[in-house]
Amino acid sequence: MNTTPVEYSKKDFMSDQTIRWCPGCGDYSILSQVQTVFAGLGLAKEKYAIVSGIGCSSRFPYYMNTYGFHTIHGRATAVATGLKLTRPDLSVWVVTGDGDGLSIGGNHMAHLLRRNVDLNVLLFNNRIYGLTKGQYSPTSEIGKKTKSSPMGSIDHPFNPIAFALGCGSSYISRSVDVFAAHLRDTLTAANTHSGTSFVEILQNCNIFNDGAWDSMVDKEHRDGRVLYMEHGKPLVWGSEDNKYGFILDGLSIKPVKLGETYQETDCVLHDKHNLILATMLANLDPSDGAPLAVGTFYQSAKSTYDSMFSTQIADATSRLGAGDLAKLLNSGETWTV
Amino acid sequence: MSNAAPVVLDQVVVRFAGDSGDGIQISGDQFTRTSALAGNDLATFPDYPAEIRAPAGSREGVSGFQIQLASHPVFTPGDVADALVAFNPAALVTNLGGLREGGIIIVNSDKFTKVDLEKARLVTNPLEDGTCDKFRLVQAPIGKLTKEAVEPFGLKTKEIDRCKNFFALGMVYWLYGRPLDPTEEWLRKRFKPPFLDANLASMRAGHAFAETAELFEGPFMVPPAVIAHGTYRNVTGNLAIALGLAAAAVKSKTTVFYGSYPITPATDILHTLAPFKNFGVATFQAEDEIAAVCAAIGASYGGAIGVTGTSGPGLALKQEAIGLALMAELPLVIINVQRAGPSTGLPTKTEQADLLQAMYGRNGESPVAVLAPATAADAFDVTLQAVRLSVKYRTPVVVLSDGYVANSSEPWLLPDIDALPPIEVVHPTDPETFQPYLRDPETLARPWAIPGVPGLEHRIGGLEKANITGNISYDAHNHEKMCHLRAEKILRMRADIPATDIHGAANGTLVLAWGSTFGAIRTAVDQCLAEGQAVAHVHLRHLNPLPADLADIMARYQHVIVPELNMGQLSKILRAEYLVDAIPFTKIQGQPFRVAEVKARLDALVAN
Repeated sequence: MNTTPVEYSKKDFMSDQTIRWCPGCGDYSILSQVQTVFAGLGLAKEKYAIVSGIGCSSRFPYYMNTYGFHTIHGRATAVATGLKLTRPDLSVWVVTGDGDGLSIGGNHMAHLLRRNVDLNVLLFNNRIYGLTKGQYSPTSEIGKKTKSSPMGSIDHPFNPIAFALGCGSSYISRSVDVFAAHLRDTLTAANTHSGTSFVEILQNCNIFNDGAWDSMVDKEHRDGRVLYMEHGKPLVWGSEDNKYGFILDGLSIKPVKLGETYQETDCVLHDKHNLILATMLANLDPSDGAPLAVGTFYQSAKSTYDSMFSTQIADATSRLGAGDLAKLLNSGETWTV
Repeated sequence: MSNAAPVVLDQVVVRFAGDSGDGIQISGDQFTRTSALAGNDLATFPDYPAEIRAPAGSREGVSGFQIQLASHPVFTPGDVADALVAFNPAALVTNLGGLREGGIIIVNSDKFTKVDLEKARLVTNPLEDGTCDKFRLVQAPIGKLTKEAVEPFGLKTKEIDRCKNFFALGMVYWLYGRPLDPTEEWLRKRFKPPFLDANLASMRAGHAFAETAELFEGPFMVPPAVIAHGTYRNVTGNLAIALGLAAAAVKSKTTVFYGSYPITPATDILHTLAPFKNFGVATFQAEDEIAAVCAAIGASYGGAIGVTGTSGPGLALKQEAIGLALMAELPLVIINVQRAGPSTGLPTKTEQADLLQAMYGRNGESPVAVLAPATAADAFDVTLQAVRLSVKYRTPVVVLSDGYVANSSEPWLLPDIDALPPIEVVHPTDPETFQPYLRDPETLARPWAIPGVPGLEHRIGGLEKANITGNISYDAHNHEKMCHLRAEKILRMRADIPATDIHGAANGTLVLAWGSTFGAIRTAVDQCLAEGQAVAHVHLRHLNPLPADLADIMARYQHVIVPELNMGQLSKILRAEYLVDAIPFTKIQGQPFRVAEVKARLDALVAN
């Protein structure tokens, strides 16, 4: 990585292409935050490569004035893996969606996460297929009525955070398209992690699934419904006069109202290195009244695939020297006529 | 009889057959090596069962190894064997069909008990029921004699059993007047006492047994062949491809990134390449075929040479991604070691039925270059050429090897490394002149601009792009133009194809073929030529684009016949492209052509 600080403004990361997302789409906000964050990371602009698959979110690279590769459905993770393995000097970002990353590309996502290739995955989750005009996705709630599920979806949905945990992911966080500052902080933090940083971004598709997250994230609800996880801080949410927190209850966490019986000091402190706690937080069900957890669920130190890949090549080269082709061809049994 | 002068033969075909655990491939390799050192030209083919370890003694578990050695150039392991070494009843009965009448059979007679016969689903003993009447049967109690020979070394029964292939090898060495030294030397490198002594004793005992028991009318002798001077080694097609990729990395001074998912019969390429890390070869075992090709594309995007290897079912899975590479106009080499299909088909058997899949198996107008090696050694040159074209024209190139080329071996005259031309890799750096789809006037290739270069930031992808600027374009005429440009790029590769080599007559019947059928066809054509027939052989290395001189060549012949291990795929293409009456001659049995089959078909054509 280039360590020389480079001064950029957000504008330097805006491409000259007309943006073709629907007006009001949550992707605009995400694009804006990513451009702002990239400008501030201190990395030379030419070192960024954004790789995407297919879907609305995957148009992302065209709108960034960086290197970008808009690949095929579900395979951005595999293309990005090949890129990072041969070019460890680059900062590689995968932009994908709930369909691209968890349905057609679910297999590659699982293997990327377990391998822990050092790149950042931004999974835009709008719980719908937008580019194909509104079918249920693998994160759509059961019973969802769409053009392809007129009587309601009978697919049990994926929980992307729990999926990532199950894949052995070393960094998992969540933010929301409209939480501009939180999203910027989340992206900045994800970038510092060595290994695959999996960031779920809850995003609104205002055409085919408008308001999918409103009951948790809109201005009316967010103060009461969103749990901002911060490492070392108590797991609490709600407004000053209506505050809740998680206390330890046996081997589980239990939501309690704070103020009378319980105080903030009784609450569990968030520990992003605790896999059990991360699992419990990942499985909170906001549709059942639980808060929506945002921030970093989990982080672990795990060797990265790309560094081990490079190390093996370097070790072989230092042990055996640069390959001698003539010697290689002449190896094994030879005879001279 | 053993004191008689050896009978001199021009060529000999020997086949070893037994259980997978009988050391058949080792015996075959040793016999090959010793014959190569004796100066014969030769060709070999190992024949593995599909199951890793089928039940011992069963017909399904029979493993084979055939070698043809000669005092003249040979192109195939031979249609039929002159001698068969069979370690058990199943090996005997499943291989008798491939032995010529009057041929020698050496059997391990210890292995013909009632139980052994039952394992091979035999009711009567083939050694006694007349099955072997047409052959010269030599019954040797190989198990018992091996046990006696190795007795001093205190081995366990199982360990003794593992020495018996060397007893049989010793017999065969005597039969064909071969020295024991090369194998003794090999054993010394491979084994420590007491196993070294046991194997040595077993081989020497076999040799002595054959000499003293007066079992044969031999020995026979195949004098050395006159072949080009130089240093040789044996290669299989898979090994030659791996070495070709290592050579490509060295000659391009660029990392070759090989993404692959294990699949028969291509897996050995991955095995061979994995330790070549210090040659600039990086291997990636992906989670599936699609990830393998996509990672290779990502590597090419980053400036490495992306290569993926697979077999037919894997090629089917990779096709969408190959379309991406041709749309993004990035180098990508796809090695497809064909096997008998469709679907899972016959995974260990050979076929040439992926030509149309390679040519046309993607959505949209999506031409790619297609090359095919004719022999194991040829696979080295073809691989280098594929990389060269892919890098020069920035487009996918498919190499169609097959199970036969992959596993057969032949002596390879080692090339002069310094004489191999470098592979030019150029990445643009000047932002003033850079446009993502600005084309080279000669090759029509777009610049291979890689991330990390200041000022060249740009976006590529599978959506249609405007020529020159590379911006997304839905313009009707631009799309048509881009389709034509991508096709024209492939056609321009004709400049890199040398004049077609015509072997044989200047008119009459043209045998036009490709890939692994080379050996059988060349041998059959040579036989026709020796009989004075007007026959010629053209063997295509480049299947897309076809050579520029091909139309003129075909026009000179009365008949054009196209032998293929499929249902007529090249002949379809020739008919479509040239309006020529290309006569298909097809075989889809999972087996290569036999020389006699091709010869008979050519004789019939000439007779009409």
